[in-house]
This record gives sequence, C-alpha cells and structure tokens, in this order.
Amino acid sequence: MLDTFRREIQAWLAANCPASMRTPMTEDDIVWGGRNPSFPSQDAKVWLERMAVRGWTVPEWPQEYGGGGLSPEEARILREEMQRLGCRPPLYSFGIWMLGPVLLRYGTEAQKKSFLPPIARAEIRWAQGYSEPDAGSDLAHLQTRAEKRGDDFIINGSKVWTSYADESDWIFCLVRTDPQALKQKGISFLLIDMKQPGIKAEPIRLISGASPFCEVFFKDARTPAHNLVGPLNGGWQIAKDLLTHERQAISTIGQKPDEQSLEAFCAEKLGMIDGQLADPGFRDRLSAWHMDHAAFQLTLEREAALQRAGHSPGPTSSIFKYVGSELNKRKFELMMEASGFGSLIWEGTGSARELQLNREWLRSKGNSIEGGTSEIQLNVIAKRVLGLP
Amino acid sequence: MQWEWSDEEKMLRTAAEDFFRKKVPVNFLREVRSDPNRYPDLIRELWQDMANMGWSGILIPEAYGGLAFGFRGLGMIMEAAGHTLAPTPLLASVACAGSLIETIGLDSQKQEMLPALAEGRTLLTVAHEEGDRFGSKSCKARATPEREGYKLQGEKTMVIDGTLVDGFLVLANLPTGDQAWFLVARRDDGLELKPFQLLDGRPACKLSLRDVRVPAQSRLGGEAADGTAQDLLLDSASACLSAEMFGAAREAFQMTLAYLKQRVQFGVPIGSFQALQHRMAQMYSELELCQTVVQRALTALDQRDPQRSAWASLAKAKTAEVFQHVAREAIQLHGGIGMTDEHPIGFFLKRARINTEWYGSPAFHRDRYARLHGF
Repeated sequence: MLDTFRREIQAWLAANCPASMRTPMTEDDIVWGGRNPSFPSQDAKVWLERMAVRGWTVPEWPQEYGGGGLSPEEARILREEMQRLGCRPPLYSFGIWMLGPVLLRYGTEAQKKSFLPPIARAEIRWAQGYSEPDAGSDLAHLQTRAEKRGDDFIINGSKVWTSYADESDWIFCLVRTDPQALKQKGISFLLIDMKQPGIKAEPIRLISGASPFCEVFFKDARTPAHNLVGPLNGGWQIAKDLLTHERQAISTIGQKPDEQSLEAFCAEKLGMIDGQLADPGFRDRLSAWHMDHAAFQLTLEREAALQRAGHSPGPTSSIFKYVGSELNKRKFELMMEASGFGSLIWEGTGSARELQLNREWLRSKGNSIEGGTSEIQLNVIAKRVLGLP
Repeated sequence: MQWEWSDEEKMLRTAAEDFFRKKVPVNFLREVRSDPNRYPDLIRELWQDMANMGWSGILIPEAYGGLAFGFRGLGMIMEAAGHTLAPTPLLASVACAGSLIETIGLDSQKQEMLPALAEGRTLLTVAHEEGDRFGSKSCKARATPEREGYKLQGEKTMVIDGTLVDGFLVLANLPTGDQAWFLVARRDDGLELKPFQLLDGRPACKLSLRDVRVPAQSRLGGEAADGTAQDLLLDSASACLSAEMFGAAREAFQMTLAYLKQRVQFGVPIGSFQALQHRMAQMYSELELCQTVVQRALTALDQRDPQRSAWASLAKAKTAEVFQHVAREAIQLHGGIGMTDEHPIGFFLKRARINTEWYGSPAFHRDRYARLHGF
C-alpha cells in the first residue's frame, strides 16, 4: 500500500516540481505568500500552486481545511521523496507552523473553516504577537489590553520582536482580558486583521543590520469577538503549547544539507599540514564541537524514532532548544576565528561570503534569546524534568 | 540505526540493574580497598554468579558456548555496573581479551580459550601499555623466535585486573617489525607481577617479562603478518568504558539531585536556588547526549560499521568529559559531606579519573576523531 503511494508521489513530484525548484535555496528564495505575495521566480509560483491544489503545503491537515489528508506515514513518505529529489519547501508560513496546530486543537468549526484554508493556500500571511517591551522572558506579564465592547474587542498596547509584522496580513496575539486576575489567568488568544488604521508596524535594526523583527503598536484596534480562540482568559495554555512548536523549529535550525562542512571551511581558512588542520589548539576545539554537533543530531534522530515507535514525547523540547542554539553560536564563533581578519570587514573589500558570515555570527547571538532564552529553558528543565522546587 | 531496545535487551537491563544494586553496592569497593589480597577471591565469587547468567559469554559466539548478545548487551551490563561502580572483569576479560581472541584467534585457539571464558572458568587480560599515559610510548617488548616458540622480554604497565587473571595477552614486537599478541600464563617462569592499588581501591599491576618462554601456538592468530587488531581493541574498550561512565555519571547526578531536594539551608531546600538549578539542568542535557552516543558506539561495533572508530572515540571523549564534570559538580553541590570518605560520592570522582585515562584521554580521542574525519 505505502509502496504504491511512494511510487505515485515519486511520479507526481517528477512531473510537477520545476527543475529550478530542485536546487539549493537562499533566504531570498523563500516564498511567504500573503495578500500581496512576492515570488522570486515564475517557477516558485507554479510550484506553490501545484502543491496547494493537492493540499500538500499542509499534508497532514484534513482535506476540508485545505490540507492533504495524509496519514503520518504518508506525510513522512512525501517529505522523504521531496528530500530525495531536493525539492524546495513551496511555502514558509507561521500560519502553518504555529497558528494551524492551535486552531486545529482549540478553534471552533467556524474558525477552522474560515482561517485554515487561506493558510494552506498561502493567501493570508500571519505574524505572532507574543513578546512585549516589558514582557520578554516573563511573557505572562504582558500588558496589551483587549476590552470587550459590543461585538468587538478593542486592543491597545504594543508587541515587540514580531517577525515580519510589516509584511503580514493578520496577527495572532496574546492579550490581557482580565487585569484583575492572576497574571496567567487573565490572558486570551486573539486573531486580529492588521489592515486597519489602529495598527502600525515598525522594523527593528539589529547588531547584524536589517532584520525581520518589528515593533507593533495597537491604538484602539478592533477585532470581532468571534475571533477569540479558546475560552476567554484561557489563552495561556494555548500560548505554552505553541511555544513548544516554536522551540522545536528553532532547535533544528543550523546546517542545511548542501552547506559546506565546518571542517572543510576551516581547512580552507587555516590550511592543512600533513592532513591535519594547521592550528592544533583550534583543531581540538573544532573536534569537540564536531562531536557535540553529531551527538545532538543523533539525539534528535533518537527522539524522533522513539516517538514514531509510540513512546510519548519526552520533555525534550527545552533540552533541544538549549543545546541546539548554544551549539549554533559556538559554530559561528569557530567560523569567525578561522576567518581571522577577513571576519572583521563590515563593508568594502571583503568577499560576499565573509560579509555574510559576520552578519550571521551576530545574528546567531539571538538564537539563545528568541523563543525563550537559554536561562528560561534551564528553568523549565530544572522544574518540570528534574522536579526541583 | 535501531534506537529502540528489544524486549530481550530490556530484560537484560532490568536483570543487570537488579544484580548490581543488590549484590555489589558502592560499599563493595571499601571491602576491596581494605584488603587487596582478597580481591581475586571476591571477584571470582561474583564472577561465578555473573557467569551463571551468561554474562561472561555475552560477546562469545554460540558455537563456543557464548550468548552472542553483542556489544549492546555488554554495554547494558557495564552501564548497570556503573551505577554502583561495581568492579568486574567485564572490561579486561570480556571486552578486551575475549573479543581479541574472537577477532584474530585461530580456530584452534578459539576452541581452546573461548568456551572456558564463556563458562567463567578462565579470566584473561591484555597487557599493552608501556608509557605513563595511553598510547604515549610505542611498544618496546620483544618476542624472539626460538627453535620451539618465542622468548618474551619487556615491561608492561597499567595491566587491568592483572592480579586476578589466569593469563595475559601480551603485545610484543617481532624481529620482522610486525607486532603480535602472545598468551602468557600467570605461572610461566620469568613473569613477575608488581601490584599496585588504584585510586578507587581496585588492584592492578605492572608486568615484567624476563625471558618468558612460550610455545608457538601461544601467538594469537598464528603467523598472520598483522594480527594486532589494535583499533578494534581500542574501539571495544572505549565503547564499553563509555557505557560504564554513562551509568556512573547518571548515578552521581541522581544522588546529587536527591541531595539538593533534601538539604535545607536558609530555611529552604538548596535545590530551590537558581544558581544550582541551572547547573543541574545543564548536566542533565549533557547526559542525554551521552546516552545517545554510547548507544551509537555500541551498535556500530555490533554492525561492524566502517565508522565505528569515530563513534567509539566520540563516545569515549564525550562521556569522559561529562562524567568528570558531573563528578566534580557532585562533590561541590554535596558540600562538606561530599569531602568525607564516608560518603560514596568520592568514589565516583575517583572512578571518573581512572576511566578518563584508560584507553585514551578526551584529547587523545578528539585527535583520533579529527583524523578519522579528515581534519
């Protein structure tokens, strides 16, 4: 049965995935969709449309909500075959990664029907409104207010570190709906259309230069009351669920399959003597990193295999987030060190690769801050896994 | 890669954990320490119980009376032994000597030695080191062919379980420049043992060979030009030591965790302090990685994976670093009580030091790993 399915997938991908969509991609090649979508090429548009028609932008969602209706095994086969052929993901989407799972679990039938299909078809681009200027690690301290007035909620306040808010159509937000309640108990999960005069998004410039992050300001913004997801003042549980998805996404960033290996990069920069990196001290630290990286990748593989075999997921997302982001930072430190003077050039004569490297190095410092800092992950491990008071 | 443990493996794990907790608690090391001369008798008695469960033959093919359960099985037992730091001949006699004989021995040699090892009647060890750290000096011991057999001369050091065994596999140079292993019986003339006691109370010894004469058939693998299999020896010893270190590190961690929940200062359990919580959470994350790499290295040995040396070096370097870190932190977090001889935690620090030096330090293995990965 599954073999037949695999052959069908192979044939369909071979016939429908344009050749240029089977080449390695850069950040500029990412398709995000939305009301005013931009495509790096006609092929990218065609590829997205063909996948969306089959529901394969979201293979495991039910067909009635725009998904492919595939079983987990079938979806795995689709992923494997796409990987084998080198197919690019047709769509990147916070709607798919974050909001979709929340709506499928907590949304009303009407919410699922109205919001999920446009996500699957890439018609609406979503932003995530979580952090605030005074609510970072202490997310539950958030102060953005939503007051019920008639059939609407009126929203006032601001959000920060909102990725791509300036290019998004809608935003899912954590808002305070009961200022009197204990802080976790007065929070709700609200969906808000960003195309309205009361909402303004401004980009944030980082140490690495331009960034997708924005600050978002709400001044008497409105959304209909039926856009509340889950119970009123019941948003915190949803928020925690969603953060788990986000942690997993961040912990698996890093090496893309086609990327040059770190040891090859360092060999090029430092030179080799008798088949060994010329700098023995650096070589020892590179070897330690290589080992830790391999150990981490294998641990991800082990966890995935055990979950497939029916073991309940371990409390691993915090461990993976912590270890993965710290490893990624260490990698960029090694690359900068290996690059020497070349790594110092911000603009002017440097090679494009070096100019990109120092920006990526700076950007990697955010890995252990976004999606819950390393310190917060350690708190979670200490309390929830180790049971420390 | 098979990440799930089979039902048989899980049963073995339970049996091993049970056995060591009941029969060989950490205090067993105190008995050993108080009278090193009793060590052989104590261990041989223990070994009979383990042999009855088949563990002496865990690696040995069924044709020679073994269980053929592989390194995953052996690793499981060693991990369980690590929980209580149980001294056993598993490393020297099973992981090292036994697997050497099985890999490079002639059929006749296997027939002669493997069934006796599997039944637990015979204990062997390997004698290869001559310098003051693993691999620091090349082999100087000599084997000179004579009319009947060989004459062995040389000095060996850090012979694990040397005071306990019936015989030694001794590495020596031939006049041709090749190396070979020779089986030397404990009672052979010219063989002198110089015992010493290790940090954690276990005995080991140096070996002096003065014109020890052995018959031709004592040369492991016969006249084969390269019968040393030194990479295999290093890989299997490293993977098995890693399993033991992982078990011991996890135990030291659990003891410390329990202590942090129970010890009250300033009116609260000290485990409520974030400065300590973060250190525990970091160690826990590292232990998760250790569990993975130990399982990977053991499986690679069973599968004769071409990458097995790299996996073994990864496991050895990583678990040694983590075990040492956990053991040092365990003492610090236990505070004053951790410095007392009465408390078991000190034995973990001592074992960490020993296992780190045996079969290559972390730096040794990072070098080997880098070489295997071409940088």
